[in-house]
Amino acid sequence: MRARVFVTLKPSVFDPQGKTIADALHSLGYGGVEDVRQGKYFELELSTTSSDQARTMASEVADKLLANPVIESYRIEVDGAK
Amino acid sequence: MNFAIVVFPGSNCDHDAYHAVKHVLGHKAEFIWHKETDLKGADVVILPGGFSHGDYLRTGAIARFSPVMGSVKAFAAAGGPVLGICNGFQILLEAGMLPGAMLRNRELKFRCEHVHVRVEQTDTLFTVACRPNQVLRIPIAHGEGNYFATPEDIRRLEQNRQIVFRYVNAAGDVTDEANPNGSVESIAGICNMGRNVVGLMPHPERACEAVLGSDDGRVLFESVVMALAAGPVTAGSASA
Repeated sequence: MRARVFVTLKPSVFDPQGKTIADALHSLGYGGVEDVRQGKYFELELSTTSSDQARTMASEVADKLLANPVIESYRIEVDGAK
Repeated sequence: MNFAIVVFPGSNCDHDAYHAVKHVLGHKAEFIWHKETDLKGADVVILPGGFSHGDYLRTGAIARFSPVMGSVKAFAAAGGPVLGICNGFQILLEAGMLPGAMLRNRELKFRCEHVHVRVEQTDTLFTVACRPNQVLRIPIAHGEGNYFATPEDIRRLEQNRQIVFRYVNAAGDVTDEANPNGSVESIAGICNMGRNVVGLMPHPERACEAVLGSDDGRVLFESVVMALAAGPVTAGSASA
């Protein structure tokens, strides 16, 4: 089963990379892009066939390694999950 | 005095630290590979600068799980002096041994230059030989030294006098121009509550000989030697 983990900086944390990308888009004429936040995306291939177990494991590894809770939060999607 | 210098895959200031401690200051220095757990009777542990594990994921995020870190944590919990320099500081943050986290530098540039830092606390194990508000000229070399902590954490750091170094101009004043990376409150280095674990982004080990442009960094190493000579550090003096 595949789990996808999206890690992003918390809204209160300044994102220098996102800001630079937004500035670049503005200079390309995309004034309608009001803000950009850059994050990380992980695909986890898991041996379990249970989406509940997949979600539990994904959030465990996100807590432990993939995200730094001081500055980041994460969201998980699991294949087949309703 | 025995200094242990931990070597992670990707450390590249380990030899600078070794040179400063052994050849400049005349103490014993030993490299400890990150897979080892024996600190070999070290009096002081240094986590050196570099790019452990290629800075993959986040700086220091993978190094914190190295086998040696369990021993470093136990050593620190017993009051042992631990100095994290640059990537070593980032590892201490990821390991939760110091509060906060690092972001990319404000201007997204890797900054490699001499800066001035002001010593804000002279009662940590690595600053006892400093004068209050002493300004040190020390180099930095990092892309992710933009220190971040929540406003509550900053308040706690202030209350507990854990902000040890701030970026300043040559006159010793905190200004936005003197802040090379956008660190909150111009923070260049902090300590734990026990004042035995210190992390900083600048490289004191690269500023130990006048021929290299500055020997202002020596005082950190002289401090810990002075502190340890004054008596053994006990577990009772340290708390997380």
